Amino acid sequence: MMLGKTAGGLTWLFRYMERCENLARLVETGQRIALTRPDRAESEWAGVLKTAWAKPGFDAHNDAVTGEAAVDWLLRSPDNPSSVLSCIENARMNARLVRTALTREVWEAVNECWMTLRRELQRKVAPRDLPRVLGVIRQRSAFVRGSLTGTMLRNDIYNFARLGTFLERADATARLLDVKYYVLLPSAAGVGSTLDNAQWEMILRSVSAEGAFRMIHGRTRRPAAIARFLILDGRQPRGLSFCYSKIGSNLNHLERDYGARLPSHDMADAMCEDLERATIEDIFDTGLHEFLQDFLKRNAELGAQIERDYRFFA
Amino acid sequence: MDDTSPFDEMLRPDGSVRDAYRAFEAWFSSERPGDLRAKAREAEAVFRLTGITFNVYGQAEAGERLIPFDIVPRIIAAREWARLSKGIEQRVRALNAFLHDIYHRQEIVRAGRLPVGMIARNDAYLSGMIGVEPPGGIYTHIVGIDLVRTGPDQFYVLEDNARCPSGVSYMLENRETMLHMFPELFSANRVQRVSRYPETLHASLAACAPRMCEGDPTVAVLTPGIHNSAYYEHSFLADQMGVELVEGHDLRVVDGRIAMRTTQGYRAIDVLYRRVDDDFLDPLNFRPDSQLGVPGIFDVYRAGGITIANAPGTGVSDDKAIYSYMPEIVEFYTGEKPLLENVPTWRCSDPDSLAHVLDNLEELVVKEVHGSGGYGMLIGPTASKKDIREFRRKLEARPGNYIAQPTLALSTTPIFTRAGLAPRHVDLRPFVLVNPNGIEITPGGLTRVALKKGSLVVNSSQGGGTKDTWVLEDE
Repeated sequence: MMLGKTAGGLTWLFRYMERCENLARLVETGQRIALTRPDRAESEWAGVLKTAWAKPGFDAHNDAVTGEAAVDWLLRSPDNPSSVLSCIENARMNARLVRTALTREVWEAVNECWMTLRRELQRKVAPRDLPRVLGVIRQRSAFVRGSLTGTMLRNDIYNFARLGTFLERADATARLLDVKYYVLLPSAAGVGSTLDNAQWEMILRSVSAEGAFRMIHGRTRRPAAIARFLILDGRQPRGLSFCYSKIGSNLNHLERDYGARLPSHDMADAMCEDLERATIEDIFDTGLHEFLQDFLKRNAELGAQIERDYRFFA
Repeated sequence: MDDTSPFDEMLRPDGSVRDAYRAFEAWFSSERPGDLRAKAREAEAVFRLTGITFNVYGQAEAGERLIPFDIVPRIIAAREWARLSKGIEQRVRALNAFLHDIYHRQEIVRAGRLPVGMIARNDAYLSGMIGVEPPGGIYTHIVGIDLVRTGPDQFYVLEDNARCPSGVSYMLENRETMLHMFPELFSANRVQRVSRYPETLHASLAACAPRMCEGDPTVAVLTPGIHNSAYYEHSFLADQMGVELVEGHDLRVVDGRIAMRTTQGYRAIDVLYRRVDDDFLDPLNFRPDSQLGVPGIFDVYRAGGITIANAPGTGVSDDKAIYSYMPEIVEFYTGEKPLLENVPTWRCSDPDSLAHVLDNLEELVVKEVHGSGGYGMLIGPTASKKDIREFRRKLEARPGNYIAQPTLALSTTPIFTRAGLAPRHVDLRPFVLVNPNGIEITPGGLTRVALKKGSLVVNSSQGGGTKDTWVLEDE
């Protein structure tokens, strides 16, 4: 038996942890492109802010987009509810809320992550420190994930934790693709400029998948192949298809465990089937942007339905 | 209560080491101070990582703080403890009998041993509890008795905590930390275990299931939430007992029971260990603005649908005005002389006492009747002239709000400082569990220590620390 509040706390703990990690990757790629293409820096950072769902807030607090301001907004700003610092505060708050459901290792990993990031992000991060700090963020979130998979019983507690991870990750990857969808259109392949190469590289790097992609596709960078890789390839752990197979299997566990099939199970199954049946050609035919918008909407609706089905709130 | 130097629990006046501390002293003098300092830092890191923190109220930066932990154990001999625990048990029995009486026939008032005003005009007296039989007949399931020592055989009760005593998680974590850091100390000394507390607490609570309980009682801990200063303790106890930690908004009345919202619907709770004050427990029956309680829980309680531990209305037994009557209370209900002494107390509501207190403010400790946590008190001997002037005005304005006691020469135990061992004043809060089958006292309790030299204030909110507390096995 588990409190509805606890299920909610677990889901959000791991959503926030996932968000932290995604932000670190995004800032890392943004920084890299800005350094290699100084002339394009401003629009790159604008794209990064958009991907992180942080552009309107940033604009309200800043006059112009600069790398320094963008990095600070994404990593540290208390005014940005999705900055790394805000995320880890929220993650730890949720961990305290559900502490009785966590192993000591998981709690300590979250708490140590919080202590470390608060220290590292106490002051503005100097450019020369940025790679190290971003590394710390990824490493600390990897510790949390490692202690989760290494020490937690595979029961409903684990299922809700994993649902949080994959709902957030699916959302993040879909947004990343949507912000850059125009460079992935088949028409962009003809352009073949170095600009597009850099953009493709950014997409792959943001999900730590440049090596994996090369393993499968060699050195060619066809945009349709990149899109297929991140949407439909079930082997790519940050891809949409992978996320949904995990969401599906965790919901299946809950269905069996509780002996109840709920509306969220139908919604998740429908998403899984759609992703299984789809080809990248179909997706381009309906429009990549339209596909991603629809995906983001259904992903958010599923998250809300899980909240209702499992009584996160009164 | 004299001006000679305070009782040192480790050293005799001639400088020799008392028996209980001998093995410890031998170990300590063979250790290198630098290593011990490193261990002390290590302990702090463990506390921080575990998140054993508390929030300080009334501070602008509402951050989380650690209660400083001192690595020197406070050691109590088996013989001393045996005497103490008899006194504690007697006192706790009397508290429960007193509570039952004042919510039923009020024999103690009829017998002229307690003025009726002490009850009738007491804010903590809940008229809704009149005639109610709490499940198992228990009012105070969990009690903390604050003790201070002034001599070899001289212990005083400073305060009874009959509502929501806190600190037991520190008792347990302090022991864990010591076992982890200095395992060798526990082979050189035979220390009575404290680790069964959570199990005993669960059994104790389950033994008080309400009338409507079917099957194994479901226990839960009710917390005001993560911003409460003792939240760590609430989650620790729920975790250790293997029960749910709930907040008011997780609960509602379903079919005459209190039920918690689970992922699979509402499930009834039988016994609620609440860490929420009476006032906030039920917005329908008490404070209407409370967000922390459950609307209607008091009605469910009275109908036998749930056990609330400690029972509503127990607070009346531990305020400082009632405290001054405890010797009479113990004698009245147990028919025995009290084994533990009360600190002599002047009730400022009485004009003669007030006059005496006003004349001797520089030497007395003055406390608010309803205060706790070391707030709102005056310690005459260390207070400034200005503080005393201000307190005098407060006393004259509302004398009934205050009691006064002599400043006790609290015993000292050594703490570990840069300069080696140094004596500091301590108190002791043993934890007592009450259920229909008996009273269980965990050997030892929480020792709080004033870290500042000469200071008598041990409260964590005022710069106090804690120590592991050992009761040795009988030789």
